[in-house]
Amino acid sequence: MAQTQASKLPVAAGEPAAPQGWEPLIVGFLCNWCSYAGADSAGTGRMVQPTNVRIVRVPCSGRVNPRFILRAFARGADGVLVSGCHPGDCHYATGNFYARRRLMLLKRYLEYLGLDPRRLETHWVSASEGQKWAEVVRSMSETLKALGPAPRLGEWFGADLGLATETGPGEPPETGSNERPETGGQRDA
Amino acid sequence: MKRVGVFLCWCGSNIAGTVDVGKVAAEVRKLPGVVHVEENKYTCSEPGQASIIKAIKEHRLERVVVASCSPRLHEPTFRRAVESAGLNPYYFEMANIREQCSWIHPDKETATAKAFDLVRMAVAKALRNEALSRGTITIEKKALVIGGGIAGIQAALDIADAGQKVVLVEREPSIGGRMSQLDKTFPTLDCSQCILTPKMVEAAKHPNITLYTWSEVEKVEGYIGNFTVTIRKKARGVDETLCTGCGVCQTKCPTKVPSEFEAGMGTRKAIYTPFPQAVPNKPVIDRANCTYYKTGKCRVCERFCEAKAIRLDQEDTLVTERVGAIVMATGFDLFDVSRYGEYGYGVYPDVITSLQYERLVNASGPTEGKVKRPSDHEIPKSVAFILCVGSRDEQKGTTYCSRACCMYSIKHAMQYRDKVKDGRAFVFYMDIRTPGKAYEEFYKRAAVDYGVEFIRGRPAKVYQVGDKLVVKAEDTLLGRQVEVEVDMVVLAPAMTPRRDAAKVAQVLSVSYDGYGFLNEAHPKLRPVETNTAGIFLAGACQGPKDIPDTVAQASAAAAKVVALLAKDQMETEPMVARVNEALCSGCLWCKPVCPYKAIDAKTVTEKVHGKVVSRQVATVNAGLCHGCGACTVACRDGAMNLSGFTNEQLLASVDELLGWVRPACSAD
Repeated sequence: MAQTQASKLPVAAGEPAAPQGWEPLIVGFLCNWCSYAGADSAGTGRMVQPTNVRIVRVPCSGRVNPRFILRAFARGADGVLVSGCHPGDCHYATGNFYARRRLMLLKRYLEYLGLDPRRLETHWVSASEGQKWAEVVRSMSETLKALGPAPRLGEWFGADLGLATETGPGEPPETGSNERPETGGQRDA
Repeated sequence: MKRVGVFLCWCGSNIAGTVDVGKVAAEVRKLPGVVHVEENKYTCSEPGQASIIKAIKEHRLERVVVASCSPRLHEPTFRRAVESAGLNPYYFEMANIREQCSWIHPDKETATAKAFDLVRMAVAKALRNEALSRGTITIEKKALVIGGGIAGIQAALDIADAGQKVVLVEREPSIGGRMSQLDKTFPTLDCSQCILTPKMVEAAKHPNITLYTWSEVEKVEGYIGNFTVTIRKKARGVDETLCTGCGVCQTKCPTKVPSEFEAGMGTRKAIYTPFPQAVPNKPVIDRANCTYYKTGKCRVCERFCEAKAIRLDQEDTLVTERVGAIVMATGFDLFDVSRYGEYGYGVYPDVITSLQYERLVNASGPTEGKVKRPSDHEIPKSVAFILCVGSRDEQKGTTYCSRACCMYSIKHAMQYRDKVKDGRAFVFYMDIRTPGKAYEEFYKRAAVDYGVEFIRGRPAKVYQVGDKLVVKAEDTLLGRQVEVEVDMVVLAPAMTPRRDAAKVAQVLSVSYDGYGFLNEAHPKLRPVETNTAGIFLAGACQGPKDIPDTVAQASAAAAKVVALLAKDQMETEPMVARVNEALCSGCLWCKPVCPYKAIDAKTVTEKVHGKVVSRQVATVNAGLCHGCGACTVACRDGAMNLSGFTNEQLLASVDELLGWVRPACSAD
């Protein structure tokens, strides 16, 4: 599915062409209960996959801060893959609903930053869907090969995304709005 | 820089076959902080674990990384090993180079390169691992069971028999629930009351069970092991300690209203026990219908009560109970069949529901067990039973199968044929579902021995011709229209959640599905647990069920409760959210995203420029938090973090992978 989209959409302006033999590097944030277990079951089933994905295990896709993704792009990732339980099946009841909304918004923001939004994929892979996981890895690797290396977001952007970093948690965030919401409502609702 | 030991596992040839472990080891040795690297054939084996323990002591290791299989498999194993060497178990980190590397990448060169990446990501994370300690919470050795139907009674009895205290709360005047309304039970045709009432009495008399009837759970606070429950004891109007249950008040009371217990087929008084075998056998006053509460006059019951037990001025009281575990056994309601206008329920008096039919065939029911149709009290010479009214109907009802209706409708048809020898019984069905022990045989008996006539087709319409009702349907086996003239029609309504199920679920923060049935934690492996620790499910509140399944689930829930209450204390997982109060602005955006209601506001007082100021910050209840981390993302201030998966730990992995070199001023 992603492949057909890739061939239709033009490559975003300013993205460099892929050198010979280049392999994309994908950071995968996988929830512990469904997708990480799904990736494990792909392994148990010996389902051969491209070597492009490096998995970071998180408790829930709702734990994935959009800033983690920006950080990965800032540091030179070519793609980021977030995968969680199927909507409605979240181990923590609602985490993946939040993830879904957050990441949909983030995709638009990526475009605004000059990154092709196809570099961020979100999937829902259950613990039993090893086959699906292998397919996700294959198709995303293909998509990114077609897109080529990601443009590096400069240090001006990546150095501090408002998250506590090695320099200590006490630094004020550089990005992020100072506006307070008028209502006390849920940000992601 | 912390001293890191890295243990690379061959897993026989599982890893070593495709990953050049020696080459990875050589590279890992060069990583900052790594002081010890070791290869093992099987790290999880006894000697493998011993080598970790030995190395921790010999090399004064402060962090341990094992690169082997999935952490979902052996993380607990290695944590224990690390702990036994005197190191905090959460200083341990794991790299998955088997399931996510050697098993899926046949090319040795790329697999080796990826394995190295995974190991250095784990080392980077391990360097930022913190010592975490499992907390302990004491467990209140008492359980609350909400709902006094067969599910609640069974769960309460099982828990009480295991020696634990139980509080059983029922909102009706008597325990017994739906099962007490039934006449006979399939497939054995046992009398329902005969098998239920001994259990009701046992529950009431059990020294370990405190029974609250005519009471409702109003509020639940706290978490597993430590729930505080507020129970509203509705004013009964009767002093239970004095009332002897003689029943004189009920015979003398002048006000008659339709009986809920009789499903509207009979009447009761304004002061009433729902049925003669009620437990406790103490009446309540229905204030909405009692003449005294309407007009201020009457007091007949008070006058005739020899025990002087009537208390017309009694008020609701609130009782607080502390419990360690909760069983939800709130049962089900029936689908409102009047939504099927074409069947004429509420229009034609001889169209009734299955529950009304149960009362009709019950010897203690309004007709003393004689099948008489409501309109003229004549014995019907033919009855149509229509299945799936509201079940398996996406358009007007529910999508699911209610599971018990096929069987009880077959039972109804058999009972009718038993009582009216020359009567004809028609069952209109879509499919007959008999998935239970001796169920299919029961169905065969109805068709062969009892001569019940089965017609496959969902009726389109029920209409009246003279004093007869005509059921119009397509017989899908014969492929033609049929019109069957009958004297009475019985509709089998879908089982639905209690109408206030969602409200109850919110009180307890238990998740529920689109209909309002409460969700189990896992549909196969954790069928009686909820996503909220310490709260368990029994019976039809979780989904439609017959009596055997309900009882089995109730006993299963009881076993879970007993296992929990058997402990004096339980350990809590330390991987929970935490607030950096210095950063927290107190906006509480974290609060609504928490599925466990674990976050609350608290006030901190601090000195700012010599002035004492108070401000609001968020606080996490570690007993309620499950460690999902949703709040960490909602936090605008970066004040919320998740122990074990901190921002620093996760980003260290990402940074390490992408080759970002930390500045010299870094931590450590």
